[in-house]
Amino acid sequence: MRFRGLRDVGDPVELGAAYSEEGADELVFLDVQATLEERSTLVELVRRVAARLQIPFTVGGGVRSAADAEALLEAGADKVAVNSAALRQPELLSTLAARLGSQAVVVAIDVEGGRVRSHAGTLETRRGAVDWAREAVARGAGEILLTSIDADGTRAGYDLGLTAAVAGAVDVPVIASGGAGNAQHVADVLETAQAALLASILHEDPARLRSLRRELRELGVVVRDAA
Amino acid sequence: MNVAICRYGAGNVRSVELALRRLGAEIVDDVEGADLAVLPGVGAARTALAGLRERGDDVVLRERCERGLPVLGICLGLQIALEHTEEDGGTDGLGLLPGQAVRLREGRVPRLGWAEVSPFGSAYYFAHSYACETPHATAWSEGVVAEARAGSFVGVQFHPEKSGAAGARYLRRVLEEATSLSPA
Repeated sequence: MRFRGLRDVGDPVELGAAYSEEGADELVFLDVQATLEERSTLVELVRRVAARLQIPFTVGGGVRSAADAEALLEAGADKVAVNSAALRQPELLSTLAARLGSQAVVVAIDVEGGRVRSHAGTLETRRGAVDWAREAVARGAGEILLTSIDADGTRAGYDLGLTAAVAGAVDVPVIASGGAGNAQHVADVLETAQAALLASILHEDPARLRSLRRELRELGVVVRDAA
Repeated sequence: MNVAICRYGAGNVRSVELALRRLGAEIVDDVEGADLAVLPGVGAARTALAGLRERGDDVVLRERCERGLPVLGICLGLQIALEHTEEDGGTDGLGLLPGQAVRLREGRVPRLGWAEVSPFGSAYYFAHSYACETPHATAWSEGVVAEARAGSFVGVQFHPEKSGAAGARYLRRVLEEATSLSPA
């Protein structure tokens, strides 16, 4: 769970290594408390996680400047996710895209009731999800990490309406997040999203990733052979 | 096996270094004398080329290719090795192999994610907005040039260092080829 009622789910270094070995296509590490506590992401922790990965690694949380982003890439991240700082200062996305290339710039968008929220979901904004997604892409974001706060933690499925609306409005890849409970949910959201993020159901049992990939294949989803 | 990684601009060069170390390579600074020189793929074309020229690595890489010494270009490292790239309003590349990099015009751009590479028969991780047009292509993925070779230069559009077990196998092959090419 990314929002209210956060739980400590273990050592990120060991968890990251386990996911890399179990066949995750990509790892996303969000230091969700960083903006709330007004500190930068834990660069040293990122360094230790990255050293154990052989898959792409996106890091976010507390990224406020090009210098923050470059420190994360230098530590071994492949992409940086920006959220609250981009809402406050959208031109940050253009700066990052020019410095790092769009493929390394992810805009993380948290949505509740169609409206974008900032600061790990604690603050309201006036922006609509689709409008903000369009603007972020126009400014240089190369990927959208779209989280439905409504669906997050429910395990009742992704927010298909929100995902389809955003993915239909932009021409960059969209990663859907929030609500995954089973393989069918993932298959459903991949009809419109280019990737699906899984968090709590895996943190409890990293080995679930392997069975999930098999179930997805049985549902007709193209899943790479990770061997 | 000594491997030198050309360093320029911002970006994640560490993952390339770690992947090569895992395969037993020793990372050295000497781009000219290393058994293999790697041109990694990070950032934007113009900045990368400026960084290379500032360090004199553009000349060193050209000389390596003339002498038949192995060079591996990854992603942007493949694109800037071409004669020209459309990126950043158009700029001349290193000319290590004929062809040009053009903006992707189909599908979602950037093209991010895992995709099958033919004829390798595995999926590799791609993250790019430009792609190669070259007569030297040796592998493809969804219509995009995935690998190109010219003399001792080999370039890949995907990121082998981010492509799990398949990527490690690819890098091992490149190291083995470099061993057979390098003057003992």
